[in-house]
Amino acid sequence: MKVSRRDVLKGLAAAGVAVTAGGVAARERRAPPAGAVGMLYDATRCIGCRACVTKCKEANNLPWDRSQDGLYDQPIDLSGTNKNIIRVAAAGERTSFVKAQCMHCVDPACTSVCMIGALHKEASTGIVAYDMDGCVGCRYCEVACAFNIPKFTWDRALPQIVKCELCRHRADPRRGGIFAVANPACCEACPRAAVVYGTRADLLAEAKRRLAEAPERYEPRVYGEEDGGGTQVLYLSARGVPFERLGLPELGRDAVPALSESIQHGIYYGMAAPALLFAAALVAIARRRGPEDGEG
Amino acid sequence: MATARAAPLGGKVLTPFFKILLVVWAVGSVAGIVRFTQGLGVASAMNDGYPWGIWIAVDVVVGTALGSGGFAVALLVHVLHRGRFHPLLRPALLTSALGYTAGATAIVFDVGRYWNLWRVPVAPFVSGGRFGYNWSSGLLEVALCVMAYTAVLWVEVAPPILETWRDSGPGPLRALARAALPVLEKGLPVILALGVVLPMMHQSTLGSLMLVAVTKLHGLWHTPLLPLLFLLTCVGMGYAAVIAEAALSSHTLRYPLATPVLGELTGIMAGLSALYAAVRLADVALRGRLPLAVAADWHALLFWVEIGLAVAAAALLWRQRHVARPGPLVRSAAVLAAAGALYRIDVYLTAFDPGNGWRYFPSVTELLVTLAILSVETMVFIFLVRKFPILPAHRVSAPPHAAQAMP
Repeated sequence: MKVSRRDVLKGLAAAGVAVTAGGVAARERRAPPAGAVGMLYDATRCIGCRACVTKCKEANNLPWDRSQDGLYDQPIDLSGTNKNIIRVAAAGERTSFVKAQCMHCVDPACTSVCMIGALHKEASTGIVAYDMDGCVGCRYCEVACAFNIPKFTWDRALPQIVKCELCRHRADPRRGGIFAVANPACCEACPRAAVVYGTRADLLAEAKRRLAEAPERYEPRVYGEEDGGGTQVLYLSARGVPFERLGLPELGRDAVPALSESIQHGIYYGMAAPALLFAAALVAIARRRGPEDGEG
Repeated sequence: MATARAAPLGGKVLTPFFKILLVVWAVGSVAGIVRFTQGLGVASAMNDGYPWGIWIAVDVVVGTALGSGGFAVALLVHVLHRGRFHPLLRPALLTSALGYTAGATAIVFDVGRYWNLWRVPVAPFVSGGRFGYNWSSGLLEVALCVMAYTAVLWVEVAPPILETWRDSGPGPLRALARAALPVLEKGLPVILALGVVLPMMHQSTLGSLMLVAVTKLHGLWHTPLLPLLFLLTCVGMGYAAVIAEAALSSHTLRYPLATPVLGELTGIMAGLSALYAAVRLADVALRGRLPLAVAADWHALLFWVEIGLAVAAAALLWRQRHVARPGPLVRSAAVLAAAGALYRIDVYLTAFDPGNGWRYFPSVTELLVTLAILSVETMVFIFLVRKFPILPAHRVSAPPHAAQAMP
C-alpha cells in the first residue's frame, strides 16, 4: 500500500477536526443522588461562637492550633489540622460570619481529577469521601477545587489530604434515617441551629421557606442550589452581604469540571483519535523507504 | 532500520565540568534527604493555595517539553521519512529519555504519598474494586502515558548500547544484546509509532490539566485550546532542545556542529512559533478577552512578552533557514524555548491565582533538588555519548566561524 505524506497529514488533520468537534459536545448536567445529604448554613443565625470548630476537631481527632502563648485554640483557616472554620466577612458597613468546609458538590472537581478515586462521591449519599490508601498526594484536588477546600498535611513526612467528610465516620446505623449515613459534629454543636444537617431536598425546601418568610432578611437566593452544578451544603446570606463576600465564588450554573471533562472525553472519545493516530503512524513508518533513508 | 554512522566520542569522563556536576548532585541530595525526612512543608515553598511548584511547572511541564526532541525528530525521520535528519535522532532520543526520566524523578520528589505511586498503573487490578482508573482525570492519562513513553524512549535509546555490548561487551551482556537486538528490530515499528502517539497524547493533556481551574487561571491563559497550544509548544521546544543540545555537545565535548542539517529545522520551527502566536492572539481576540490583554497589569505584560518572544523566535529562525550559523542558530532556538517555557510556567504558576492572598516563590531546597536532577541528567548524557555510538561519527567539516561562535 502506498501512502503519501499528504495522506498522512490529511489523516492527522481529520483526527484534529474530529477532536475539536467532539470537544465542544456539552456534558450532561448531573442531579444529586436520591439520598443526598448535606448541611444548610444560615449566616443570619451564626453568632461566631466557634463551638462547631472545636467540636469538629474533637470528632475528627485533629490536633489543636495553639495560639502563640499556647493557651488557646486559634485556627485561622482550613488546613491540614482543621476541616471547619468560622470567618468574619466584611461588606461595606456590614459584617457577617461565614462557615467554611467541604461543599460536597453535586458534580465535584476534586473527584473529577483524582487519578484512581481516592477522593470519590458516595453513590447513595453524595458525600465526597477520602480513602487515603489510593492517594498518592499529587494535590491535583487542591488545584481543581474552586472553593479551596482540600488541604494537605505539609508538615508531615508521611502526609495526607484533609477535608470534611460530613462526619460519615460518626454515622450510627441504629438511629436510622439521615443519621445512619453521617452525623456532622458541627451541626450537633451549633447552639443557634445556624448550621443544620439533613437531606439536600429537605434543606433546600427549608432554605426557600425562610427566604419566603422573611425576604427582607436575606440575599434573595440559596447559594449552592445551582452554583457550580449545585452543592450539597447550602448557604443563606444576610441582605446586603453578597455571597462573593462570604468567599463563595461566582461559578454560574455549570459544574466546575464540566468544561475540562467535555474536552478530555471529546479528545479521547472511544480512544478513536489516539487509535487513528497510531494506525496512521504505523502505516507511515512501514511505508517504502525513500532515497533519503540512507543505508539500512 | 536505517542507521546513520555514529561512534562513541571517547575521552575522559571525569573532567572538571563533570566534577562540578557531582558537587551539585551531592548538595541536591542533602536537600532531597530534607524533603523525605522533614516533609514538603519544610523543604518547599508550596502551600495549600499553590500545591504545585517548580518541580511540576519546570521539571515536568517545561522539562518534558524540552524532552520532546526525540518525538519531534522521530516524526521527521520515521513518519515523514526525512532521512537527512537521522544523525540528530540518537542524541535527541537520549536527551528525551533523560528529560523524561528527570521529570519522572521530580514527580517522586513532589508527590506526598510516593509509596502509593505503584497503585496508579495497576489500580483496577489490585484493589478489589476499591480503586480504578478515573478516565475523567487528565493527570491519570499523563501519568500512564509518561510511564509508558519513558519506557518507550529507553527502548529507542537501547540499540547503540546493545550494539556495543554485542560487539565488545563482557560475556553476559553480549548474550543479552544478541538475544534482545532481533526482538527490538521486530518490534521497532510499534515502538516508533508509540513514540509518536504517546507524547502527542500527554503533552496536549498537560495543557488540559489546567482547564479545571476555571476560577484560578487568568482569562488570557484559560482557553479550550490549552491542549492544542501545549502540543504546538512541545514540538517547537523539542527542536530547540535538539539544537541547543547539539551546540552544547559540540562545544563542551569539542567536535564540530552539523549546522547544515540543524539549519533545515529552523523553517519548521519558525512556522510552529508563528502558528502558536497566531492561534493565541486569535483565541484571545475571538473570545472577547482583548481587554484583559490591554489592562495595565503584569498579567497583560507577561502575555505580550510571551507573544513577543514567539514572534521574535519565528523571525530569527526564519532568517537562519538557509545560512545557519552556530551562534545565531542557538540564540534563536533559545528564544523559541524561552517563549514556550514562559508560556508553560505562566499557565502553571504565574497566571494561576487561588485567591485568598496565597503566594509562592520556590525555596532554595526546591531549586537544589531541581539542579541536582538536571546535573545527574547531564552526567549520564556525557557518560553515554563518550562510551556508546550515539553522536554522529563523520566529522562535518567545520565552517570557518564555528570555532569562535560558541564562546
